[in-house]
Amino acid sequence: MAEQKTVTFIIERQDGPKEKRYTQEFDVPYRPSLNVVAALMEIQKNPVTRDGKRVAPVVWECNCLEKVCGACMMVINGKAQQACCALIDNLKQPIHLAPARTFPVIRDLLIDRSVMFESLKRIQGWVNVDGTWDVKDAPRQNPYTAQTAYEISHCMTCGCCLEACPNVGPQSDFMGPAPIVQAYLFNLHPLGEYDKPKRLETLMQKGGITSCGNSQNCVQVCPKNIKLTTYLAQLNRDVNKQALKNIFNH
Amino acid sequence: MAKSKIVVVGGGLSGLMATLKICEAGGEVDLFSYCPVKRSHSLCAQGGINACMDTKGEHDSIYEHFDDTVYGGDFLADQTAVKGMCEAAPKLIRMFDRMGVPFTRTAEGVLDLRNFGGQKNKRTVFAGSTTGQQLLYALDEQVRKWEVKGGVTKYEFWEFIKVIKNKEGVCRGIVAQNMNSMEIKAFRADTVILATGGPGQVFGRCTASTICNGSAVSAVYQQGAHIANPEFIQIHPTAIPGSDKNRLMSEACRGEGGRIWVYKDGKPWYFLEEMFPAYGNLVPRDVASRAIYDVCVNQHLGINGENRVYLDLSHIPAEYLERKLGGILEMYSEFMGADPRKVPMEIYPSVHYSMGGIWVDRKHNTNVPGLMASGECDYQYHGANRLGANSLLSAAYSGTISGPEAMHWAKEGEKGSALTDAELEAARQECVNDFENILTMHGEENAHRLHHELGDLMNQYVTIERVNKDLDYCFEEVKKILARWNNIGVTDHSHWANQEAMFVRQLRNMILYALAITKAARMRDESRGAHFKREFPTRDDEHFLKTTIVDYDPKTEEPQITYIDFDHSLIKPRPRNYAVAKKE
Ligand SMILES: Cc1cc2nc3c(=O)[nH]c(=O)nc-3n(C[C@H](O)[C@H](O)[C@H](O)COP(=O)(O)OP(=O)(O)OC[C@H]3O[C@@H](n4cnc5c(N)ncnc54)[C@H](O)[C@@H]3O)c2cc1C
Repeated sequence: MAEQKTVTFIIERQDGPKEKRYTQEFDVPYRPSLNVVAALMEIQKNPVTRDGKRVAPVVWECNCLEKVCGACMMVINGKAQQACCALIDNLKQPIHLAPARTFPVIRDLLIDRSVMFESLKRIQGWVNVDGTWDVKDAPRQNPYTAQTAYEISHCMTCGCCLEACPNVGPQSDFMGPAPIVQAYLFNLHPLGEYDKPKRLETLMQKGGITSCGNSQNCVQVCPKNIKLTTYLAQLNRDVNKQALKNIFNH
Repeated sequence: MAKSKIVVVGGGLSGLMATLKICEAGGEVDLFSYCPVKRSHSLCAQGGINACMDTKGEHDSIYEHFDDTVYGGDFLADQTAVKGMCEAAPKLIRMFDRMGVPFTRTAEGVLDLRNFGGQKNKRTVFAGSTTGQQLLYALDEQVRKWEVKGGVTKYEFWEFIKVIKNKEGVCRGIVAQNMNSMEIKAFRADTVILATGGPGQVFGRCTASTICNGSAVSAVYQQGAHIANPEFIQIHPTAIPGSDKNRLMSEACRGEGGRIWVYKDGKPWYFLEEMFPAYGNLVPRDVASRAIYDVCVNQHLGINGENRVYLDLSHIPAEYLERKLGGILEMYSEFMGADPRKVPMEIYPSVHYSMGGIWVDRKHNTNVPGLMASGECDYQYHGANRLGANSLLSAAYSGTISGPEAMHWAKEGEKGSALTDAELEAARQECVNDFENILTMHGEENAHRLHHELGDLMNQYVTIERVNKDLDYCFEEVKKILARWNNIGVTDHSHWANQEAMFVRQLRNMILYALAITKAARMRDESRGAHFKREFPTRDDEHFLKTTIVDYDPKTEEPQITYIDFDHSLIKPRPRNYAVAKKE
């Protein structure tokens, strides 16, 4: 019988937030169109390291497996990305997996991204509708503007852009590209626009857009190809305009 | 007076909609979810959401939507409930529009509509090919607003384990576990709503997310809630088969002009168009899946002799495809390494959706007082087969019913006595003991491999074509898997983010759910909607125009099947035939 082709994974593990990190290596049987999540599932079925030790299966987060939920973001061969669509055929082996350490590590590849959801509160990431009841009409919208909104609304809060951004981290309170660009999304909406000044005020504060160092890393890693830097630049102009307005209104 | 406290389990479209309604009515919500609610499975939905907007000059009507849904469901849905849903649909769309859902628009800025299966008029509102993601985000944002205002407390990364009843048998709380710290805690509630989504993982490979395991439904079934119509499992005709997941290629592909074919005698054979001239590629899912199955399995005409057929978009202009279907075409390219704008995709049917679920009345109360269910985890609205783009609708709509009703019950229901601290602690302790027992399991079986076997069985015997003797066999085999569950060994014995131990607990629930599905399929000797038996090839209204009710027997751990009548008074059942245009 032909020898079964295998793929080697070198996985950075950590038993808890305060524990020391260590690595373990696993061999997973190869098959065409195998992706990293599917490989981790194989390890669950047979949690034995390359040197034959039976260990606890690797812990990570995933849901949809089709690159819309944002859960399975991790650092694969040095690059932050979604594990479900990281195909083995496109990766250099052995494959290195590590948690995105911009965020607190809970265990192994599982991280705590609650800070991103908190930022969405700060930027008031919603349209302030009166309620869920019917108010007869919703405004018509320019289809081109709607298309831009659609692009930004793909953001799945995965955190790739925060992981790649040199300005996000313990040294700064920068909210990071994803939540900030969401402010642009709500400012685009005909009703959301009413609260545009409030959102821009937030972006003027600590951790807001002034902390962006324009390194352009975010746009390169965004798995949804959102033109993050374009919208950050636009927001920057909006914030400046708002600042001027504030001066003259006082 | 203290505010009413409602526990909502599940933050998909249905749970979030219910949450908003409760907040607006002045209640307080404890919202539980496996994941940040923004990552809930609803975001997988691609194609769209149905509502009679009638903006394409086709004279679409709410009645037509109602009739299509009932006819598509092969007359097994409660008609009054369906009517209410279809009437509310356009209002819900306007609500989503105001909330900022970036729906795809026409050149003049109104909501665009597309075709979908089982309906002749354009009735499907959509946001490119990521409609579910966009709808979910809109509700997620509104709930976040309420979180800031006060009103919602989120328990994300918490798993629901079971409900707690008082001595009168009324549901007054739940037990849940923190998925990181492993803390198990009991929570009081005036009303509990389950909105935990579908049970796709009972079949292992399916189009659903990994968290759609039906575990919560199974848990309350074991605590006395009826499951209704679980045998009606929708097999979606067009998915990319995969070993980790079957990735869906939305019905919107066919709605936008995609065609299904295989080679026959060296020439493309557009078999759906030939078999069903009136609806062609847009026949309902059960019909399309059976045809593909027949062409591949019985006629051996699949691509290269394998179980695959072509789904072809390559004749449609690339720019149009990009705008209408961009997201999923990108997904196909990414996972399959071929560009569907240029070459036909290769697809096969996959387990997709459960029409059945927890039995509820029209207000979404289960038979356990104080416990409600809404969304895919309930059985309402779709009968024996769901029409595409009707489930985002039913998920959202059911939340608009369950939310207010939960408040009504909280204020006026016969709730009986409040849970004492001792009762709360006893319920908690029971779950702690079960969990500690799992941590010490030292058998030979691996839980994930056992799950794989369960999925293989269910996929083989309880999907497109069902045969009684095979169902009997499957039932016995699943029972063996249940017995083998006791012989699982865990390798992770820790009390921190122990996913393996939680999975072991979920797996047991999945196995019991599988028994309910299999038994209900075995007992229904007819063919209706998604449930097809060659031995009984026609619909038998005389015996089976009834809702299946499954109860758990704690002694044998097996399902007990009975049937109850339901409301089909508005549209008289008539034969379903998609070869010809529908007659009303
Ligand atoms: C690939 C795909 C495409 C689809 N496309 C369409 C479409 O185009 N149009 C359409 O109408 N329908 C579509 N559907 C169906 C539709 O998406 C679902 O039926 C619907 O979104 C279900 O919503 P829900 O709110 O009931 O549940 P879900 O969105 O599944 O949410 C369930 C929630 O419950 C939580 N949960 C579950 N169990 C537990 C537990 N034990 N403890 C704690 N929390 C728990 C989860 O975390 C989650 O928050 C599609 C489905 C799939 C799989």
